[in-house]
Amino acid sequence: MEAMLQPVADLFGPTWPAVWTLLKIVAIIAPLLGCVAYLTLAERKVIGYMQVRIGPNRVGPFGLLQPIADGIKLLLKEIIVPSGASKGLFILGPILAIAPSLAAWSVVPFSDGLVLANVNAGLLFLLAITSMEVYGVIVAGWASNSKYPFLGSMRAAAQMVSYEVSMGFALICVLLISASLNLTDIVTSQGSGRFHDMGLSFLSWNWLPLFPMFVVYVISGIAETNRAPFDVVEGEAEVVAGHMVEYSGMAFALFFLAEYANMILVSILTSILFLGGWLSPVGFLPDGFPWLALKTACILFLFLWARATFPRFRYDHIMRLGWKVFIPITLVWVVVVAVWMMSPLSIWK
Amino acid sequence: MEFKTFVFYFLAAILVFAALKVITARNPVHAALYLVLAFFNAGGIWLLLHAEFLAITLVMVYVGAVMVLFLFVVMMLDINLERLRQGFWSYLPVGALIGVLLVIEMAMVLGGQYFGLDAMPVPPEPQAGFSNTRELGRVLYTDYVYPFELASLVLLVAMVAAVSLTLRKRKDTKYLDPALQVSVKREGRVELVKMKAEKE
Repeated sequence: MEAMLQPVADLFGPTWPAVWTLLKIVAIIAPLLGCVAYLTLAERKVIGYMQVRIGPNRVGPFGLLQPIADGIKLLLKEIIVPSGASKGLFILGPILAIAPSLAAWSVVPFSDGLVLANVNAGLLFLLAITSMEVYGVIVAGWASNSKYPFLGSMRAAAQMVSYEVSMGFALICVLLISASLNLTDIVTSQGSGRFHDMGLSFLSWNWLPLFPMFVVYVISGIAETNRAPFDVVEGEAEVVAGHMVEYSGMAFALFFLAEYANMILVSILTSILFLGGWLSPVGFLPDGFPWLALKTACILFLFLWARATFPRFRYDHIMRLGWKVFIPITLVWVVVVAVWMMSPLSIWK
Repeated sequence: MEFKTFVFYFLAAILVFAALKVITARNPVHAALYLVLAFFNAGGIWLLLHAEFLAITLVMVYVGAVMVLFLFVVMMLDINLERLRQGFWSYLPVGALIGVLLVIEMAMVLGGQYFGLDAMPVPPEPQAGFSNTRELGRVLYTDYVYPFELASLVLLVAMVAAVSLTLRKRKDTKYLDPALQVSVKREGRVELVKMKAEKE
């Protein structure tokens, strides 16, 4: 690979590292946006079948071209800036929403060594970047200078900050037992242990010893991405569409892209942190990226399933679940895991 | 100019600009957002110093949590900008005093060699496998465990104090207990009655 690229590298001279990194970024972002587009189709199809409907089936075979038609429609629509809006911030809102959800992908490892930036503090970086996602919603809600968006953004601020805490504690448990903040190390540390030696690798992944944290992380992930049943931020019956009311065309599409990119991010992180990433579940099959994709798809299906199943939570119930149930549970479990690691019963020696 | 120097000046320029805008912006929400930008750039500068843990924690805590709540409050305040600007001249002496103190302190740190501060050796360049987070954790929980625990205790006291200051029970408010609501079962709400079909 290196030798093959050498002539190209010579062509660009000293700017080659920047060009090469840009190419790698495109290689991550382009498939991601494709996944986002087809996730919207998958969502409509899955929910359709769950409600005994067919879902979109007019554009292309089985409706496969529907996301492309939707994208073109959104691109061609006019972006209307309300006259009372704070203009600069109104435009900044969707950008702030999508930027963190794309930036977070820079540290996500897709396979052993296949990562854009293999940083030591990857997990911390992810926490910091994902904690900035809330700004898009807040800025958009405030800049719209309208009541529904403002109410929606207030809800978003409180909800996302609350669930970040329990997510953070769940991640602390993971980093405790893998003794690393590096995502690649976290995955490789799951590929060892008694069950792994027996060929039952899926029992040595983090989900089993950290089962309560796994559940808390997935539920908090749904809340953090403002998906149903925690989507009071855009609850159409109460605040119409929350922070997105005043947005149209591509500006609205950016919020949409950000939401789905975040869903994929949370799913791939759940797979990496708790489900062994690219490790194969059984000993006789090789490890590799397809496993990671499969696990991510399963978690994504869970997201869609939850949306089709549960009615929307009431706002005070969401806050109670976050502060009075999840945070105490995770706080206690951090101590439990720490004591477990120090005790003779520790399985991570 | 080295690339690293360029990055430093780039971040520093934005940082200074954002910090200036924090105090000159007319709209408090804009000021808060500029403060977010300032924090973010400060984090970037710390990253250049290999202090990755501090940098990321700065972004996580201040940008991700503190400033969100700040914005939350500032957005809901009904601020009269005219009234705010009235007190400018009366507050100016206090502000100027604080500013002068800050300048003196910065001068003492930056001009360290004139005040005998250069006794502290410059830390060596970190090795390839060096983890800032691991080193910081090791030092905090071994060499400085008592000061660290003391600091956390102070924070805990502050937290309890803040909660107890804002915890006021009003007698006349109607209050729903979500814990009771979520534990409701069907049996408590609807009764299934078996009866024969009635004919007219």
